[in-house]
Amino acid sequence: MHKRGGEQGDSMEAFLSVKGVTKTYEGGHQALKGVDLEIDEGEILALLGPNGAGKTTLISIICGIATASSGTITVGGFDHARDYRAARNLIGLVPQEINLEPFETVMNSVRFSRGLFGKPRDDARIEEILKLLSLHDKKDNRIMTLSGGMKRRVLIAKALCHDPQILFLDEPTAGVDVELRKDMWEIVGQLKETGVTVILTTHYIEEAEAMADRIGVISNGEILLVEEKDALIKRLGQKELLIELDTPIDAVPEQLASYPLTVSDEGGLIYSYDAQAGSTGITGLLADLRETGLHLADLSTRQSSLEDIFVDLVKEDAA
Amino acid sequence: MNWNAIAAIYRFEMARTFRTLVQSVISPVLSTSLYFIVFGAAIGSRIDQVEGVSYGAFIVPGLIMLTVLTQSTSNASFGIYFPKFIGTVYELLSAPISFFEIVIGYVGAAATKAFMIGMIIFVTAHFFVDLTIAHPVWMVLFLLLTCISFALLGFIIGIWAGNFEQLQLVPMLVITPLVFLGGSFYSISMLPPVWQTITLFNPVVYLISGFRWAFFGQADVALGWSIAAIILFMTACLLTIGWIFRTGYKLRS
Repeated sequence: MHKRGGEQGDSMEAFLSVKGVTKTYEGGHQALKGVDLEIDEGEILALLGPNGAGKTTLISIICGIATASSGTITVGGFDHARDYRAARNLIGLVPQEINLEPFETVMNSVRFSRGLFGKPRDDARIEEILKLLSLHDKKDNRIMTLSGGMKRRVLIAKALCHDPQILFLDEPTAGVDVELRKDMWEIVGQLKETGVTVILTTHYIEEAEAMADRIGVISNGEILLVEEKDALIKRLGQKELLIELDTPIDAVPEQLASYPLTVSDEGGLIYSYDAQAGSTGITGLLADLRETGLHLADLSTRQSSLEDIFVDLVKEDAA
Repeated sequence: MNWNAIAAIYRFEMARTFRTLVQSVISPVLSTSLYFIVFGAAIGSRIDQVEGVSYGAFIVPGLIMLTVLTQSTSNASFGIYFPKFIGTVYELLSAPISFFEIVIGYVGAAATKAFMIGMIIFVTAHFFVDLTIAHPVWMVLFLLLTCISFALLGFIIGIWAGNFEQLQLVPMLVITPLVFLGGSFYSISMLPPVWQTITLFNPVVYLISGFRWAFFGQADVALGWSIAAIILFMTACLLTIGWIFRTGYKLRS
């Protein structure tokens, strides 16, 4: 294990702490507008946002590839600019683009990465990582001969070979097939078991839902919210009550006009309500429904997906 | 110091050299042999001696310098440009290494390759002319310092270059003419007085002159000037590289 840096008081700090980070490019474009983010050891955080939201810029700044215009970042208690060696030792980065030396073998490429992070050569450890990523049988292959999915695994092996405590995955499944995407989720799950903190960016809601403990939503250079995944869905999740009727209808009966109702494709009714509100209004609705003479065939409820929440948030932000 | 990182970069770059070993070795041997045939045998037979040395032997230091300067510059420029081009430079920027360590790795490997080629040409020259070296230690030292200085220049070019054309531009348009006009194939004293003065503004003159002094014990300019020139050049390159890493010029957005 790496020693945590700083004074003892730092031990209460989050493992990764980003405070007031802004980034304005030379052309004047403000990519980040004062980002604050705290991540605890061992958790998986998904940073969700549309293209151009600032996800990659934020990761690049934390990892040292780009410089922030202002703000501070600490990793494991180490200031990422002042104690850059100690901070970067804790970080592994899997970039979005497949950036690899085509003529090198997998083994040499991973050895190079391990060396760059100051670790002595240890082929046994590298082979362990290659096995974890189902890459071991390709270790002597030149990278140019590998498939796109295998190349992405090489990038992960390169990021893991110095045993980082925090791993950044920048859109790990962008442009990969469904099977590899599932594999990637499994790999992240395995990493979590070994205690590695993972931060991944994605614009696939499904991915955030499948992997993350917490979800941060970033749009237009600002973090809109960071919450526990389940709590987020629960807190912001609108529920819908689907009412199936014996006899399908075309329009909402006049007696029920005061309720937020719509007619479903099947001729039933859809009632939207807030599950967290003190009164859902369902009892009253069902009583009034009986008054209209309509007969219930079935009742079911549906919780809105993370995607609905995300779309709402980004829409609000743009408004 | 992150020695493992320096070693990793050095080994990675040297592996590239050894992957293309045949072309790395055969090409300089062939071109040097052609120079000896054309300049040494064909033209040299009409020129008896230059400053008491046979013409064939006289051009050896210049020929070595010609190849070493272009090789060290292009090796180092390609070494750092390639990761930028294919995107693997992210690893260098996110690793716990200082700019000094990155430079030692890349420049060290480029200089090693250029030095090896310089020695190969030196050995090849023995097949064509008789050579006795007046100051062997100085010869090696001069060769080494030249390899390092021009590898530093190459590193700067590699960071500056935005495409492969720019990468070739400086070695082709600046270094080769300076070496040819720097007394590779003639003694400066053979030039008209005006050109002798103009030539003194060419930094390569000091390198070739010093190198030739190590071979034959005689030089166009005083040895002290040659040493001062090479140290000045190296310092200028180091300061420029220091500035590049401080500002992140063309590396960090």
